[in-house]
Amino acid sequence: MNAEIRPIKTAAETTLSTAFASAKGRLPGLAALRESEFKRFETAGLPHRRVEEWKYTDLRALMRDAKPLAAPPGADAKVRAKDAGAALAAVEGRRIVLVDGAFVPELSDFAGLEGGLTIRSMAEALAAGDAAVAERLGRIVPTDNVAVALNTAFMGDGVVIEVAAGAALTRPLHLVFFNSGGAPASVFTRSLAVIGKGARAMLIESHEGTPGSDYQVNTALEIEVGDEAHVDHIKITGEGAGSLHVSSLMAAVGAHARFNEFLFTTGAAVVRNQMFIHFKGEGTVAGIRGATLLNGRQHADTTLVADHTAGACISREVFKTVLDGESRGVFQGKIIVQSHAQKTDAKMAALALLLSEEAEADSKPELEIFADDVQCGHGATTGALDDDLLFYLHARGIPPKEAEALMIQAFVGEAIEGIEHAGLRDTLLEHVAAWLKTRR
Amino acid sequence: MPAVQETVDQVRRIDVDQYKYGFETLIESDKAPRGLNDDVIRFISAKKNEPQWMLDWRLEAYRRWQTMREPTWAKVHYPPIDYQDLYYYSAPKKKDGPKSLDEIDPEILETYRKLGIPLREQEVLLGVQRPAGDDADGEGQTNGKRVAVDAVFDSVSVATTFKEELGKAGVLFMPISEALQEHPELVKKYLGTVVPVTDNFFATLNSAVFSDGSFVYVPPGVRCPMELSTYFRINERNTGQFERTLIIADKGSYVSYLEGCTAPSRDENQLHAAVVELIALDDAEIKYSTIQNWYPGDREGKGGVYNFVTKRGDCRGARSKISWTQLETGSAITWKYPSCILRGDDSRGEFYSIAISNGHQQVDSGTKMLHLGKNTISRIISKGIAAGKSQNTYRGLVSAHRKAKNARNFTNCDSLLIGEKCGAHTVPYIEAKNSSAVIEHEATTSKISEDTLFYCMQRGLSQEEAVALVVNGFVKDVLQTLPMEFAVEAQKLISVSLEGSVG
Repeated sequence: MNAEIRPIKTAAETTLSTAFASAKGRLPGLAALRESEFKRFETAGLPHRRVEEWKYTDLRALMRDAKPLAAPPGADAKVRAKDAGAALAAVEGRRIVLVDGAFVPELSDFAGLEGGLTIRSMAEALAAGDAAVAERLGRIVPTDNVAVALNTAFMGDGVVIEVAAGAALTRPLHLVFFNSGGAPASVFTRSLAVIGKGARAMLIESHEGTPGSDYQVNTALEIEVGDEAHVDHIKITGEGAGSLHVSSLMAAVGAHARFNEFLFTTGAAVVRNQMFIHFKGEGTVAGIRGATLLNGRQHADTTLVADHTAGACISREVFKTVLDGESRGVFQGKIIVQSHAQKTDAKMAALALLLSEEAEADSKPELEIFADDVQCGHGATTGALDDDLLFYLHARGIPPKEAEALMIQAFVGEAIEGIEHAGLRDTLLEHVAAWLKTRR
Repeated sequence: MPAVQETVDQVRRIDVDQYKYGFETLIESDKAPRGLNDDVIRFISAKKNEPQWMLDWRLEAYRRWQTMREPTWAKVHYPPIDYQDLYYYSAPKKKDGPKSLDEIDPEILETYRKLGIPLREQEVLLGVQRPAGDDADGEGQTNGKRVAVDAVFDSVSVATTFKEELGKAGVLFMPISEALQEHPELVKKYLGTVVPVTDNFFATLNSAVFSDGSFVYVPPGVRCPMELSTYFRINERNTGQFERTLIIADKGSYVSYLEGCTAPSRDENQLHAAVVELIALDDAEIKYSTIQNWYPGDREGKGGVYNFVTKRGDCRGARSKISWTQLETGSAITWKYPSCILRGDDSRGEFYSIAISNGHQQVDSGTKMLHLGKNTISRIISKGIAAGKSQNTYRGLVSAHRKAKNARNFTNCDSLLIGEKCGAHTVPYIEAKNSSAVIEHEATTSKISEDTLFYCMQRGLSQEEAVALVVNGFVKDVLQTLPMEFAVEAQKLISVSLEGSVG
């Protein structure tokens, strides 16, 4: 608020400008859009703490430099990618593999593709000037977000998934994003899922990388959920310890649909998960949940904008954050109810558990309400484990460590319970147990 | 659930075109030239016969202000303010300062009568003391309790009552300009220590041009014998009011302070940018209550006061307590965040707010509770009611510093919308930097449990009556934190039910 500071270009911004100038000739399709989006990024610069939406995640400070654009994956990287996503084997999903941001069909599973399902490379669709992609890209939920602009400018590959009206996928689609970490690199992926009227699909994204490798990910997914469709989207972020991960979800949900979103985050040095969810049809039921487990000096930011422009939708948001070490957990959630979205029922809870003296939790649950006949509310709490409950467990002969673990599992479990798929639910609970074992 | 008819009617009763205090007092005034520059600041300082350090302080603030930008983050929209088109100083013309109240311009006395300051308060203003128990005026709410009043008219304080009696207790209550003459050491020691000169755009502007306001000092161990009160009135056209209030409660003391504000109805917007600083030392308690009823503009949103206020309390000593209570019904734009810095160990901060907006009013108000000391406790209760085409935002920050072990906060904010053209927003910031801090924030749809309603209805009340009963009980709880003297005025503004609220 004091004197205006005209920021000078950071090293990362300069590198990005040079990278764009030299790469734009090679990037697939939509040259004009890329150019204008990059201009938008250049004008705004990397978001910093004076930009309200980035108040707690100052990319200008957190992103010291920009890594060179990732090279196409070599044979070695592809070999190592074979085991990626194995932790989710119990889900028995159809594996769609992307290595260093490039779609790798030979590692992906196309056996017995269900009727009405098509999966193709985003790079190819863009290069071919695919009309269905061009007309949707960036338009499903328009946003002026700078990270999205950067993604649009640099997007290399990704997948385009189409599920025809009425089709029901029998297996979840498991998008495996693997970062081989051979050399410092930055990866820009962009994917699009168009789920037709009344269709049923479950999309799982898992992002992982080689521990200790130095890379940056900017990934974006746009989902169009048709009327009466039922879509689950689960994103698991378990990137390598030295990485930076920025992800954007833009989802537009039709009428009388069911939409479930779940974010499970344990990885990357810096994570920003942002979601822009637009309820554009009446009578939709949505659950938007998340669990974040951090330690060391990790920083994770979950930012949600749920915009209700149609009435009679029900949305439930539950976000749980467990913070150990010197980690910092951020939650920003905004529920917007436009004046004609009467009878909206939206409830949001953001709970943070601090396990160490040095951890920090920041929450900003916002409501922006323009309709008078709605039920909206939010709750946010921050605190440590309850000593009385711990004592209760001790008194019954449960060792302190175990008692703590039990309580943390119960705390996170409340969000994970919201997942409909039993196999995935159990897998994530195992993830939590594994994370707890790494504590001290 | 939508608002019940009763609620709608009650809100209509206090709608913008019902503004009762919109009259103008025709009185000769003494003004500084229009606009703002070094000379105007020197003029104000000279008018007040201020010491050199004060003038330097103002000039430094002005220099800083010129490098600052107006904040834009609040959810309020207004056309750009031309700061050079305002009068920064306006005072009723007087003959050498009234020695007694008889010398005060009858026009001003008439103004305060029309403002409906309770009759008793007026007599207090006139220095008449009634025997306790005499309640002939029928107002019946003051019960012989006395209130010392400082009346601020545009840029200057016109009267301060009960100074002598307060003096006996050692309490200093006077216009800040007078305090600068009589107790410069106290002013110098505390001024700007809670809201620094460069705190924000409006506070810095205020630091440069503030003209008057109240100064209170309560010495150690003294419980202030009566309520202290300031009544602010903007009268002159195109005038900004920049008052500065400084309240210091020394160790173990207690003081309760009330503030009321009104302005005439005018087509153009008036600017009010005040700074209030509270300092509570060890074991001291300050209770600060506001009824803000500046002119809100007319039905089309024309005119009204721009209320950009910086209020902050510093619980500097251990076990100190600062409590803010505000009832916001006026102003075209409200930009106000009474805050507490909980610096002392075991200190407490409270914020109770009821903000009602109607017509084209825009309210962006809330609080900041900054927990720095150990075992600090804060509590925030905020109720917003938006009607007409108004926008009502709660914006608050609760932060627990790394060293604030066992900090505790509870926040509850509810809002209610009446009509489809208004908006209610909640923007809380919660920052916890240590694990022993427990912070809870809730914004609930309804505070009324089905069980309670059922209990009432079973006893023959209709649902609306039951709702009204429960809600009134709840609101009165908040209102109880207001001193008795303001309760009646507050009651009139607040007998509004809050059911069907959105968080």
